[in-house]
Amino acid sequence: MTEYQIEVRVTPRRGILDPQGKAVAGALASLGFEGVSEVHVGRLVVFTLAADGEDRARERAEAMCRQLLANPVTEDYDVRVAALEGAGR
Amino acid sequence: MRLGVVTFPGSNCDYDCYKAIREGLDAEAVFLWHKDHDLQGVDAVFLPGGFSYGDYLRAGAIASLSPIMREVRAFAEAGGPVAGICNGFQILCEAGLLPGGLIRNRTLKFASRTVHLRVENAGTLFTTSYDPGQLLRIPIAHGEGCYIAEPEVLEELERSGRVVFRYVDATGEPTPEANPNGSLNNVAGIVSESGNVLGMMPHPERAMAGLLGSEDGMGFFRSLADHLVRA
Repeated sequence: MTEYQIEVRVTPRRGILDPQGKAVAGALASLGFEGVSEVHVGRLVVFTLAADGEDRARERAEAMCRQLLANPVTEDYDVRVAALEGAGR
Repeated sequence: MRLGVVTFPGSNCDYDCYKAIREGLDAEAVFLWHKDHDLQGVDAVFLPGGFSYGDYLRAGAIASLSPIMREVRAFAEAGGPVAGICNGFQILCEAGLLPGGLIRNRTLKFASRTVHLRVENAGTLFTTSYDPGQLLRIPIAHGEGCYIAEPEVLEELERSGRVVFRYVDATGEPTPEANPNGSLNNVAGIVSESGNVLGMMPHPERAMAGLLGSEDGMGFFRSLADHLVRA
């Protein structure tokens, strides 16, 4: 077993209404930041996962996304997996 | 007749529901604890409004995995009536017992006011006391009530009469201005394909007496009671 650092980024599903992203885009524009577009506000879930290999870790993290961490009806998700430094030695 | 109201940590309309059953219908009401696996022999289940588990992760996400939800799911799948109001609607969507999902209000504001609803289907077991197209005045109180679904899902809901309530203006028109949260097609409430599971964002249990500003929620509870008497 190796310990992996998992990061799950969850964002509103592209193409659906994202009023929060729109509000942040408006606020950035009011501060004078130019050229900003496609602003989305989501959430970051981080955890450590012990698994037999990176593929297995990713597979399990994606199953967690489908069942709980993201709602596929309303959200997109992206899983990032990295072996923890010093782990598995 | 015995009706159950589930209490999750963070539910805050459970007692309103309980009172609507006891005083509005003069029926027996029991509280069902989220950690139990016992529906206490109830004839129908209410998932009340509130902020179960502090809306952590997503509104209704954690509650949809509560111990009692295993029994609620089996009860619903066996044809038992289940009504989710506000947070209860969010929980039913998260549990996959109703299609689609509820996201942040378009305005980004918590909307707490009385709205007009039009009864789109007076043939469901929750709406037979109403006339088709009847206008109701029912309060809403939510921050995440914007209903969305895949285009084909929404089309199927519309085609099969499963959109039960719609936000309309005082003249009965589903205008964008009358839509408090940005819901697609002004959807305020839907039923499952089998018709026994209903979710709605407005609160009929808060519209049970003139003293509360409206009695229009009474028909909702009355319809369900009539159904249970007939069954």
